[in-house]
Amino acid sequence: MADMKSHSTPPIIEARDIVKHYGSVIALSGISMKVLQGEVLCLLGDNGAGKSTLIKTLSGVVKPSGGELLVAGKPVVFSSPRDALDAGIATVYQDLAMIPLMSVTRNFFMGREPRKGFPPFRYIDFKHCDAVTREEMHKIGIDVRDPNQAVGTLSGGERQCVAIARAVYFGAKVLILDEPTSALGVAQTSMVLKYINHVQQKGLGVIFITHNVRHAFAVGNRFTILNRGKTLGTYAKSEISIDELQNMMAGGKELQALSNELGGTI
Amino acid sequence: MTETIKIPATSTKSDERIKKVNFLTSLMRRPELGAVAGLIMVVVFFFFTADTSMFSLSGMMTILAPASQLGILAIAASMLMIGGEFDLSIGSMVAFAGLIFGGLLVNFGQPLWIAILFTLLFAAVLGAVNGQIVIRTRLPSFIVTLAFLFILRGLTLVGLKWATGGSTQLRGIGEAVGDTSIASLFSGLAFQGFFAWLAENDLIEKFDNGVPKVAGVPVSVVWFIGLAGVATWVLLRTRVGNWIFAVGGDANAARNSGVPVDRVKTGLFALTACAAALVAIITVLDAGSTDARRGFQKEFEAIIAAVIGGSLLTGGYGSAIGAFFGAIIFGLVSIGLTYTKFDSDWFQVFLGTMLLLAVLFNNFIRRKVTGER
Repeated sequence: MADMKSHSTPPIIEARDIVKHYGSVIALSGISMKVLQGEVLCLLGDNGAGKSTLIKTLSGVVKPSGGELLVAGKPVVFSSPRDALDAGIATVYQDLAMIPLMSVTRNFFMGREPRKGFPPFRYIDFKHCDAVTREEMHKIGIDVRDPNQAVGTLSGGERQCVAIARAVYFGAKVLILDEPTSALGVAQTSMVLKYINHVQQKGLGVIFITHNVRHAFAVGNRFTILNRGKTLGTYAKSEISIDELQNMMAGGKELQALSNELGGTI
Repeated sequence: MTETIKIPATSTKSDERIKKVNFLTSLMRRPELGAVAGLIMVVVFFFFTADTSMFSLSGMMTILAPASQLGILAIAASMLMIGGEFDLSIGSMVAFAGLIFGGLLVNFGQPLWIAILFTLLFAAVLGAVNGQIVIRTRLPSFIVTLAFLFILRGLTLVGLKWATGGSTQLRGIGEAVGDTSIASLFSGLAFQGFFAWLAENDLIEKFDNGVPKVAGVPVSVVWFIGLAGVATWVLLRTRVGNWIFAVGGDANAARNSGVPVDRVKTGLFALTACAAALVAIITVLDAGSTDARRGFQKEFEAIIAAVIGGSLLTGGYGSAIGAFFGAIIFGLVSIGLTYTKFDSDWFQVFLGTMLLLAVLFNNFIRRKVTGER
C-alpha cells in the first residue's frame, strides 16, 4: 500500500541541480535529491559539505543561484521562510527553534497565532492556545505542568520535540531537521529519534541532517551523502552498511587508513 | 441550615488555597514584580520620612505630572527593549519634535491639528529611518541612536536659531494655537467637572470659595495610564505582542518561524519616536514655548525606568506595566525628596542604586525563568 502510493504520487519535495554561489565561493554545485511521503531521507556530510546551505535553500532562507525546487511535482520559488512554511516545508533548527525566555505556548504558536475578535481589537485566544499546547505536549509524552512555563526550563531533547510537534501541528508535509541530536545526551537522543519515527509513520516526509551515521541508520530509509557541494550518491538502507556510509561521508580512503592505524572504527 | 452553608464555604476555601499557589508562581513569573516591590519600598520610605502633604491629592498630582511625561517615553522604550533594541535619541527627539511642532504653529501658521499630525508623522518617519539603519547595517542600535542623539540635538539648536532669528527658545505657541478643542486633548487638566462635583459633595479638599484645591488630572497622566493599558494589552494578548517578545528573544528563531522581524523592529522604533513627539506636544503646549534643552537626558531616565520595570537589556523580556511603575518610582523620588529633610540632590545617588539593584534582580529572575545556571 505504502509502496503503491509512493510510486503513483510525485515526491513531496524534490531538488534538481541546485547551485548556490556566495560571491566567488561555490557552496552547492548541482545537488539533486527527493523525499517521498512517509520517508526519512538522511542527509549526511562532513562540515563544509554544503548541508546547511542546502537546508537554507529548501526552507526559503536563501535563494538558489540555479536549479529547480519542486513541491508535489510543481516548481516553486521561495522568497522567505514564510513561503516555505506555507508550502508545508517546516525546518527545525538545532538551536534556533525556540526562544528560551518565552512560554511553551507562545513558542508553539509563534508566527501563527490564532486570533479572535475584529480589527483593530483582534487578540490571541490564549485559552485555546494553552489547551492545544498541553494536549500536543501530552501526545509526545512531555508532561508540561503549565504551558506558561518558559521553554528555557525544558531539556534540549524536549525543546526539539516541541519544535517538531509544532511543525506537525501546523500541517507540515516535509520536516527538515537540522542536526536535532547533535547536542543531546543518549536518553534525549533516543527520545528525539523515536519521535522522528512516529512522525514518519504519520505520513510526513522527513529530511534528517546529521553527521552521526548511527543516528541516521536508526531511523533513515534512504541516505544521501554530500561532499564539497556535490551529491556522492543516494542509497536505500538495504544497499549500504553503516561502515560504508561512514567512509563515504568522510571522503573514503584517508579515514580507512586512519581507522586501521587507530585499530577500530571512527 | 448552617451546615449547608458551611460545606460550600470550606470547599471554596480549599479552592482559594490552590488558586493562591498558582497566583504566587504566576506572580514570580511577572517581569514587573521588582518594580512593584520597589514602589512599595519607596512608598514606605516616604511614609515615614516625608511630610504628610506628599500623600494628599495635590501632592499625588505633583508627583504624577512629571512621572507621566517620563512614563510615556518609558513605556515605548520598554517595548523597544523587549524587541531587543535601544533608542538613545528619544530625549533629543523630544526637543526636535518640539521644534517641528512649534515651527509649524508659529512660523508656518498651521492649525493645531495639522501641526500635531505632521509632528507625529515626521517623528515616525525619523524613527523608522533609525530602525532601518540598525537593521540594514546590523550595527548595534546603541551606536546608531547615539549618533542621532547628537544629530537631532544639534539640528534642534540650528533650527531654533533659524526659526527665531538667533534665540534658542521659540515663544508664542499659546497665541498661535488660539482656542481649539483639540488643545484640551493634549494640555491642561482632565475631568474638571468630576473634580468640581467631588468638591461640591465635600469628597475632596476645596478652597473657601468652593473651588477644589485639585481642579483635575493633568492630561498627560490620562495619556500615561491609557498608553500603559494599551501597551500591556498589546504585549500580552495580541499577535504583534508575541512577535515583539520573539524578535527580542531571538531574532533568528523568530524569522525562521515566519515572524516579520524587520517590520516589527522598524515599527517599534517609529513607535518610540512617536512617544517622544507626543511628550513634546504635551509639554510644549503646556509651557507655551519650546527650547533646545527640552527632553534633555530623558533617554537615560526612560531606559532606567524600563529596567526598573523589569525589562532585560538583552531583550525578549519585560513589561509595559513595569515601566509604568518604574516611571512612578522616578516621580515619587525626584519630587518626594523635597517633602523630606533630605537634600534633594540625593536623587541621583538613589537613581543609580535603584538601577543597579534592578539589573541584578532582573538577571536573577531571568535565570529562574529560563532554568539557566
